[in-house]
Amino acid sequence: MSLRVIKPGILTSIQDLGRKGFQQHGVIVSGAMDAHSLRIANMLVGNEEGEAALEITLMGPTIKVEKNCLISITGGNLSPTIDNHAVPMWRPILVKNGSMLRFAGCKSGCRAYLTVAGGFAIPEVMASKSTYLRAGIGGYMGRALKADDVLEFNEPSKNLGDRTFKGSFSFPKWFVNEKEFMPGGKALIRFIDGSQYEYFTDYSKDSFVAGAFKVSNQSDRMGYRLSGPTLKLKDNGELLSEAVTNGSVQVPPDGNPIILLADSQTTGGYPKIAQVITADLPSIAQVKPGESIQFSRVNLKEAERLFLQKERQLKELQVSISLALNKWLDI
Amino acid sequence: MPEKLLKKTACTLSPLGDSAIVITFGNGMEYSVHKKIKLLKDLLENEPFAGFIECVPAYINLTVFYNPLVIYKDQNKSNGSETISPFDVVRSILEMKLQDLQEDKKLIHRTVTIPVCYGKEYGPDLEYVARYNDLTTDEVIHIHSTGEYLAYMIGFAPGFPFLGGLSGNIATPRRSSPRMTIPAGAVGIAGKQTGVYPISTPGGWQLIGQTPTKLFLPNVNPPSLLQAGDIVKFHPITDQEYKEMITKEEIQ
Repeated sequence: MSLRVIKPGILTSIQDLGRKGFQQHGVIVSGAMDAHSLRIANMLVGNEEGEAALEITLMGPTIKVEKNCLISITGGNLSPTIDNHAVPMWRPILVKNGSMLRFAGCKSGCRAYLTVAGGFAIPEVMASKSTYLRAGIGGYMGRALKADDVLEFNEPSKNLGDRTFKGSFSFPKWFVNEKEFMPGGKALIRFIDGSQYEYFTDYSKDSFVAGAFKVSNQSDRMGYRLSGPTLKLKDNGELLSEAVTNGSVQVPPDGNPIILLADSQTTGGYPKIAQVITADLPSIAQVKPGESIQFSRVNLKEAERLFLQKERQLKELQVSISLALNKWLDI
Repeated sequence: MPEKLLKKTACTLSPLGDSAIVITFGNGMEYSVHKKIKLLKDLLENEPFAGFIECVPAYINLTVFYNPLVIYKDQNKSNGSETISPFDVVRSILEMKLQDLQEDKKLIHRTVTIPVCYGKEYGPDLEYVARYNDLTTDEVIHIHSTGEYLAYMIGFAPGFPFLGGLSGNIATPRRSSPRMTIPAGAVGIAGKQTGVYPISTPGGWQLIGQTPTKLFLPNVNPPSLLQAGDIVKFHPITDQEYKEMITKEEIQ
């Protein structure tokens, strides 16, 4: 029961919802950049929502399916095909043994998530299957995928039985409405004030929300470097290092902000102008280098309301997917 | 309980986004501040509240990470309210914990000795540090290896200790341009801090030596050799001893 990597793509790694509880030891959280897409991809194949998936960036891999399986692909549209037929996203797909899954090119978004029913058979390191690329631990041998890697997966909890296929794959008519989870056009990113918001000049605070910021090519899972209006402090004082987290917007002395993301270091010493709200972190994950984002300021109560609203929406989705999936699989 | 209220620890509580809260106890690297952070951290870890994920100590503050969803559910069970703010709930829990802090309690520190091979290819900046402070390299080694350092925090990289207590006589600013790669085990100085790089990373500290000891142990719990609150001492070793210890580490 396995998937064989024929070509790895630019950056394909195993990620789950992250390695929580070890930040005090300097261990980064990692995990999916777009946690919502990962969770939905798992719901669609009947997995626990935090099961590990392949996080596929910009140019996807070519993968040979070596056992009949149930998969789903969510997140950015990297033009997936199976045996040269376009594969629809955001729904479960039964795939026949021997099929070739390819990602042809990036149409929208930046990162796709591929899950398989049963989940990948990957040992946990510090209670997570996520790949911590810099320390070389977790995931598949602590690294991004390479050609000839063989990804074993576990027996699915849903009984797939011996199904007959007309072609290489089959899927139900229903699907998840991606518009509710994937922002189109220029990403509007909401934030609450960072711990050192008041240290910045009024002009910097105003231009942070008035201007657009371009995501530089030197952006990765650790953080997005932005260029746009230059941000300045009222006084240039030294700040002692303290905890930072996914979504912290740090401003180094050159005045160009950096949004720390899934592979954020655990502590940092640059002043933080903003903290992106949890509900909007997946939106950033789908912004490509070269594209722009715009910031919008909200208060903590609003951030909490949006977080809980999104969680409720995902919970409802889980219930409806579960019913539809059982019906389709005839369980 | 007015007596308890009077004892309430002076600090500020502020949000780090919608899923963490920062409790700040002071504004400088001080033992009294470290002590309050450590006491609160121990208290939270021994008696975690529903939704508590973990806390990260730093020089002047403790950041507490929580899951708003758990807190929301937990609160809804008890009062059915729709307007509860997870931040407000955590803040009031923390305020109560702060009242329970026994600040007169003595902290118990573990002492860890780390062997270091100073200078030459192991410490490419040792001579610079000596020149900068108008000392000989032997004097720098002597001062560094007779000091006692407090691990205020672990961060930047897995297992990287931020050690305070470096003598002003060998304090040296960071390099003006950071190195692209620093080998695992490198011992460095930045201002009045010293530390050890547990894994190979880019970095800007002045490198004075290297240790064969592994500071990041991914398959051990906890994965960091050092914890905030540990006392660290450095013990000079020779080139020969370094090589023997490296071989031993590899066999294990």
